[in-house]
Amino acid sequence: MTNLQFLWFLLIGVLFSGFFFLEGFDFGVGMSIKFFGKNTAERDTIIQTIGPHWDGNEVWLITAGGAMFASFPMWYASLFSGYYIVLFLILVALIFRGVSFEFRANMQTAGWRNFWEWAASIGSFCAAFLFGMMFTSMIEGVPMDKDGNIFGSFTTYVNWFSLVGGVAVTLLCLIHGLNFLQLKTMGELRDRAQKWNKVLYPILIVGEVLFVVLLYLSTDFFAKKPGSTWGILIVLVLLTLIAWWGVVKAHNWTSFIASGLSLISVVVLIFNGLFPRVMIGTNNVNSILIKNASSSPYTLHLMTIIAFSILPIVLIYFIWSYWVFYKRLKSPKAA
Amino acid sequence: MLSAGLTVLGLSRFQFAMTTVFHYFFVPFSIGLAIVVAVMETVYAVNKDETYKKMAQFWGKIFLYSFAVGVVTGIIQEFQFGMNWSEYSRFMGDIFGAPLAIEALAAFFLESTFIGLWMFTWDRFKPGIHALFIWLVAFGSSLSAIWILAANSFMQNPVGFAINKSTGRVVMTSFGAVVSNPQLWLEFPHVLMGAGITASFVVAGASAWRLLKKDHESFYRKSMNVALIIGLIASLGSIASGDMQTRFLIKQQPMKFAAMEGLYKNSTNKGDWAVYSSFNTKQHKTTSSLEVPYVLNILSYHKLTGTVKGQNAVNKEMHATYDKKFGKDMNYYVPTKTLFWSFRLMAVSGGLFALVAIIGLFFNRKKSQMIMRQRWFLYIMGLMLWLPFLANTAGWFITEFGRYPWVVYGLLTIADAVSPTSTVTGLLFTNIVYFLLFAGLGLVMIILSHRVLKAGPDSVETNGYSTEDHNEGKVEDPYGTEAFNHD
Ligand code: HDD
Ligand code: HEM
Ligand code: HEM
Repeated sequence: MTNLQFLWFLLIGVLFSGFFFLEGFDFGVGMSIKFFGKNTAERDTIIQTIGPHWDGNEVWLITAGGAMFASFPMWYASLFSGYYIVLFLILVALIFRGVSFEFRANMQTAGWRNFWEWAASIGSFCAAFLFGMMFTSMIEGVPMDKDGNIFGSFTTYVNWFSLVGGVAVTLLCLIHGLNFLQLKTMGELRDRAQKWNKVLYPILIVGEVLFVVLLYLSTDFFAKKPGSTWGILIVLVLLTLIAWWGVVKAHNWTSFIASGLSLISVVVLIFNGLFPRVMIGTNNVNSILIKNASSSPYTLHLMTIIAFSILPIVLIYFIWSYWVFYKRLKSPKAA
Repeated sequence: MLSAGLTVLGLSRFQFAMTTVFHYFFVPFSIGLAIVVAVMETVYAVNKDETYKKMAQFWGKIFLYSFAVGVVTGIIQEFQFGMNWSEYSRFMGDIFGAPLAIEALAAFFLESTFIGLWMFTWDRFKPGIHALFIWLVAFGSSLSAIWILAANSFMQNPVGFAINKSTGRVVMTSFGAVVSNPQLWLEFPHVLMGAGITASFVVAGASAWRLLKKDHESFYRKSMNVALIIGLIASLGSIASGDMQTRFLIKQQPMKFAAMEGLYKNSTNKGDWAVYSSFNTKQHKTTSSLEVPYVLNILSYHKLTGTVKGQNAVNKEMHATYDKKFGKDMNYYVPTKTLFWSFRLMAVSGGLFALVAIIGLFFNRKKSQMIMRQRWFLYIMGLMLWLPFLANTAGWFITEFGRYPWVVYGLLTIADAVSPTSTVTGLLFTNIVYFLLFAGLGLVMIILSHRVLKAGPDSVETNGYSTEDHNEGKVEDPYGTEAFNHD
């Protein structure tokens, strides 16, 4: 494995981390529209918190996908074709969710507004769940031939471990979203988000323990890399506790950052466990390795130069756009 | 040729065609409308005429719908290379991934961030700065077009690559060559002009419908004026750039050109150009046609003399070139009828757009009331609102069908590109769901745009972002607006 290959493996991890940190709260906020907002005015405010940001956040996913295609075409090809139906459902969820914000605002009847609110909520829920399910089932190992074609059956994708993984990621996103709402709203909405999270955190802890047990049973992570795997899991639990503390004490920034970092530590866990592979075969001989999956040194070199010259500029205006909208939103008028 | 039946290949192709065509209804509309809106807002920023601000907000509303649908259908595009065309992705990853990643990094971040800023900060920034946001969106979407077309151009005309002997896959040898591909620099201006046409004729057409109802005369006449000026430039530009593409094709992809002109046999020195033809595609024959002399040569060479190779001759050449590698059984004929009629539709509408723009600008002169009396003309303009979408699709039909049987010209066939893991049931299911989804999205998009038009310019609300300054207690944020409340 060359340094460049290693660098790009890291960069893909970084991009997915950015995606889960940012789109994580988007998904959470999206889910809560229907389950959390009590009336139209509240839902307006909830949607408004992510209104200017959701598309930019989603571009992290698009960039991660594009970068994976550019740097590890074999990985991109295997993963995307192998997870055909899962990704298709994710796309449908993202479509409904993506148009719902703009469409909902301009519906004239309560029925249709209701429809798009459900679209946003269910779309966000499904996207988070399916991403969680996809990545957990991926680290279990999938039936692959030597060319990297995945011929999975239903249980390759849907099994106890992947279901728990899906639920855990969904829950993390929801909690992260509620932490974001605490940061961006005031009054009743903020109080309610706090109240919810006080209940959700203990559930999350239980979920995390279950996840760890299944991780032990279903993957080779503990066998191959016990030290780092335990290390990351301890960090994950610590972050969860810190975030919980932040919720109880109403330290909104602390809990928001900590829940975001929890999502990132899940990504780190996955990438650490994958290394030096990118796809794990049920038959380990067929696993795809970083060293075999990448583009040519020329392309990697080129992409490195380009990424490191564009990304800093992107980060500057991306962060600036959050700064422009840093204030809390007005409390919704009582309906 | 979408008639490949219910096979993995046929369904994958149908899916690609359906999703890109649908994506491409919104793409040129968004690119063009960003520019149109940016121009309107700039006029406002310069001369502070409130009508132009209203104009930018009003057409901006429709722009936001188009953008939203463009975004969600774009993600399908990016994912489906891996999902449906995994062999293609493996073969082409070294070259194709790079522009795709750069597009996301350089263009999508820019458009998505600044569109968020633009939507929610009407009352927070000075008009000049706020107009800058929409210019950045317009710049971002044009930039995204360059990068995706760079990828597409490689497939049409591969340059700057080598084949890796041990894997048989493409590797990039010169990024410079990939981005300076002549195909790209012919395709991009043409696409951009097509986008300009799309947005301006939709704006002009919608304005025409309102003028027929005598609604907000001054507002719609000014809108129409901005649109037609941009539309005139774009339609002349599309004709000029289309002409350059034509002449490039004759050399680069003679099969495509022969099919566009419906030629099976080589043309004679007289340069007969068919206005109409009917074909027997099985026997590779033109059965009847109505011809005008010289036009073909003028189109092809800007001269009265010369000959153009027909498909039969090109077919022989292709077999001579490629049989060693791809075998004798390849079919190099392309879907002639589709290309022939698509080209006629596209080129004729190019001329029509220019004509209508000129007449419209004349009727719509500042001091004159002519436009209000020429109702027939307003009807024509109103109906022409749909034509750019057809012309764009026709254009892509030519480009993509005319490349048959290759995905990557001369290197990889469509049949070899498809995912080995795909199944007919899976594809059938996804095709049906996509179809229903697109039909629904298209319908909502049309209904909402109608509603905006009906409600008229006085009802535009912009998305506010109402905040309360939590540091200073309950003080109203001076920048906050009352908007975003719908009941
Ligand atoms: C000529 C221009 C053009 C062409 C040929 C395509 N697109 Fe596109 N695409 C755009 C021009 C564009 C755009 C103007 O930038 C869009 C449309 C509306 C929008 O929001 O951005 C967009 C959106 C868009 C998005 C969402 C971006 C976001 O979230 O902001 C993705 C991921 C793609 N496209 C990917 C593709 C792929 C993989 C294509 C190849 C088949 C493709 N597009 C064809
Ligand atoms: C960079 C951009 C594009 C790429 C990389 C691309 C690539 C492809 C690929 C891989 C196929 C499948 C093979 C095939 O069935 O022929 C295809 C087919 C097709 N594409 Fe494109 N395409 C691009 C842009 C577009 C756009 C914007 C349109 C227009 C709306 C379009 C229209 C079509 C059509 C109609 C087909 C079906 C042709 C057929 O089945 O033979 N393409 N293209
Ligand atoms: C007289 C006018 C026109 C001529 C001679 C012309 C010519 C061409 C040619 C030769 C192609 C195929 C290029 C290739 O395969 O590489 C093409 C493609 C295309 N045309 Fe046109 N065109 C004209 C007008 C228009 C108009 C009015 C529109 C849209 C509103 C349009 C939209 C497109 C699009 C979207 C493509 C596909 C992308 C591309 O390859 O550039 N064209 N045109």
